[in-house]
Amino acid sequence: MNFHPFILPFAVGAIVLFVIIIYKYVSWIKNLDRKQKYFVNKNMFTFKTIQAIGEVIREALIHRNIYKKNPVLGYMHMSLAFGWFLLIVVGKIESSFYAGTFFEEPWLAIFFRYFAKEPHNYFMAAQFTFIMDFLLLVVLSGVFLAIMKRMRSKFLGMKKATRHSTFDRIALSALWWVFPLRLLAESITAAISGNGGFLTGSLGNLMSGLPVQALELPLWWAYSIVLFAFFVALPFSRYMHIPTEVVLIFLRKWGATAGEQYSGFSDIQINACSRCGICIDACQLNFAADINNVQSVYFIRDTRYGKLTDDIANNCLLCGRCTEACPVGIETTLIRQQLRNKAEIPGKHYYDYADTVDCESKPEVVYFAGCMSHLTPSIIISMKKIFEAAGVKYWFMDEEKGLCCGRPMRQQGFVQQSKDLISKNMRMIHSSGAKILVTSCPICYKSFRDEYVLEIPVFHHTEYIETLINSNKIKLHNSGKSIVYHDPCELGRGCNIYDSPREVLKKIGKLQTSELERENSLCCGGSLSNSVIDLATQTKIRDHGLEVLTESNPDILATACPLCKKSFVHGNKAIVQDIAEIVAVNIIAEKQSKKLQLTKNINEFEVNYK
Amino acid sequence: MKHWGFKISKPRVLDFDTANLDAYNRLIEKVPSAHRCLMCGACTATCTANLHTEFNFRNCHLMFRRGQFDGLAEELDKCMLCGKCKLVCPRGVNTRAIIYNLRIVLSDLNYKKIES
Repeated sequence: MNFHPFILPFAVGAIVLFVIIIYKYVSWIKNLDRKQKYFVNKNMFTFKTIQAIGEVIREALIHRNIYKKNPVLGYMHMSLAFGWFLLIVVGKIESSFYAGTFFEEPWLAIFFRYFAKEPHNYFMAAQFTFIMDFLLLVVLSGVFLAIMKRMRSKFLGMKKATRHSTFDRIALSALWWVFPLRLLAESITAAISGNGGFLTGSLGNLMSGLPVQALELPLWWAYSIVLFAFFVALPFSRYMHIPTEVVLIFLRKWGATAGEQYSGFSDIQINACSRCGICIDACQLNFAADINNVQSVYFIRDTRYGKLTDDIANNCLLCGRCTEACPVGIETTLIRQQLRNKAEIPGKHYYDYADTVDCESKPEVVYFAGCMSHLTPSIIISMKKIFEAAGVKYWFMDEEKGLCCGRPMRQQGFVQQSKDLISKNMRMIHSSGAKILVTSCPICYKSFRDEYVLEIPVFHHTEYIETLINSNKIKLHNSGKSIVYHDPCELGRGCNIYDSPREVLKKIGKLQTSELERENSLCCGGSLSNSVIDLATQTKIRDHGLEVLTESNPDILATACPLCKKSFVHGNKAIVQDIAEIVAVNIIAEKQSKKLQLTKNINEFEVNYK
Repeated sequence: MKHWGFKISKPRVLDFDTANLDAYNRLIEKVPSAHRCLMCGACTATCTANLHTEFNFRNCHLMFRRGQFDGLAEELDKCMLCGKCKLVCPRGVNTRAIIYNLRIVLSDLNYKKIES
């Protein structure tokens, strides 16, 4: 039997790791909520499982997503993860050929060069030696880049690297030492027995002057002990993402989604975070306001180790930029909302004081302006003008006494209060019997779409104006002004509406692009979700955003959210208008358009006559 | 708009021996902008809940500042956290954060009472 006591640390580490991971898997699966369990059971034995395997290869081994974000970082990660994976797989095949059976000692593959010292005559021995040396070189290049990243994150295109916890440091140092030690140990053995490839063999030749016999065993011991350290630290460190991401991909493919409450699925997402720190660079609180302990990576770390404080959970704009940037696709903002949730008091109603009104007229459209729109009356006036110009019979639901849509409560974790408001509003919307619900506020819009149970379609006013234009109900004249559009967080990243506002604006003026738009657009700083930062911090975020948006000196800075408008107006950098306002100004009234048509006809008649 | 004018405090005698003024300091720690408030009442004038009922944030804030907590928690439950008050505040007070934290501070006080 190929045995030496130095394999013991490795073996113990591997067993400990295995037991802890199985324990964690079981506890997560047990804590999935009912809906998630249902989907897992339903889709487990379908084609989706095969798709999931494909995605595991693409994302967990090759890391397509990190490549997309940053190629150097992608290579660093792939060389380490995929390289090591191949080292294990190819090493296993090699040792199986050597032993002549698939069931050789499990540690043989790991310490193969030490045990296989005699002249090699197993199948393709030379090729295997070459491949293994090449893979080791690839992994070592990854380690080199990783060390560079730690010292100077800018080399790898990252402005800030994550600050690590103790377990992370242990695991990280162990991981860095694994491969150089393996290289040294294999080279020393190669110097003694001549079984090395182009890398280990050459290094072995160089080292042949050293007391190789005395150095061999200590190096193999060191290699094994470092592996032990890495395995034991892994489940408590960032490297837990390795076994977790695979589970996450499978669950996602089977159809499990994060719900309203914290569940086993959230646990899995939290453990799948590799603390790469890409979200730090995406966070406006970091680069515009210099707050650097609340970003998703720290928030998730604190949650995982049970150290989350109220201030960190609440200090977030919920803009969703980090979720968009995350290469693993962790729903950071959603988890933050789940953790803000407060205890519920069964049977308690909070808003029984509300005078809800039922609609008596039979309108086609229900218009819900939203609380914030009432602070920007020009949006409401413009919307009224647009409805009238299009000849639409509408009911202004919250004209006199409106209620909040419930989303601000939801974001702050008061789910019960939010549900109370939602049921009141739903009753009012239902009473109107209208066919469409139009709202001016993206916050309300998101809530209507995701949390309300409505039978009628919900439109944000930008979408609604687009349909009015397309169905020729309103005609616009092109003012020729240059316009930059700011994507509100809730409308863009929240509801995936990027094109409707742009289509509308293209009809009115010259739409210009800005540096950060669509998925990468900035938050205006006015977000209601952050109950910690003060006005000065909001102002910093707003000013930075304004600077990016007004770089091309547009005539108008257009937005589609009353809150964004309100924030940007105070920046005094550009004329800030909501899309509804711009449309209302440039609308061609019915009579006027008839007159224009008449003049056009006469002109044509004259041309033909001449 | 109900009762947002000048008659927000009922005639009453404040006993500073029993009033808990410490709680206000704890609020200031959480929301430093709270002390900038000059009780103008713009928050209450714009309040969505105030259109329906006699919820008066200005009053709540004043009562809390003076250490009068009677019925304050129930009163604050009427708020919808819509955030309009924060946007209209001429002094840049994060009124919404005050309400959010008041709920927490108040329940904290209750909890401690039960314990001792």
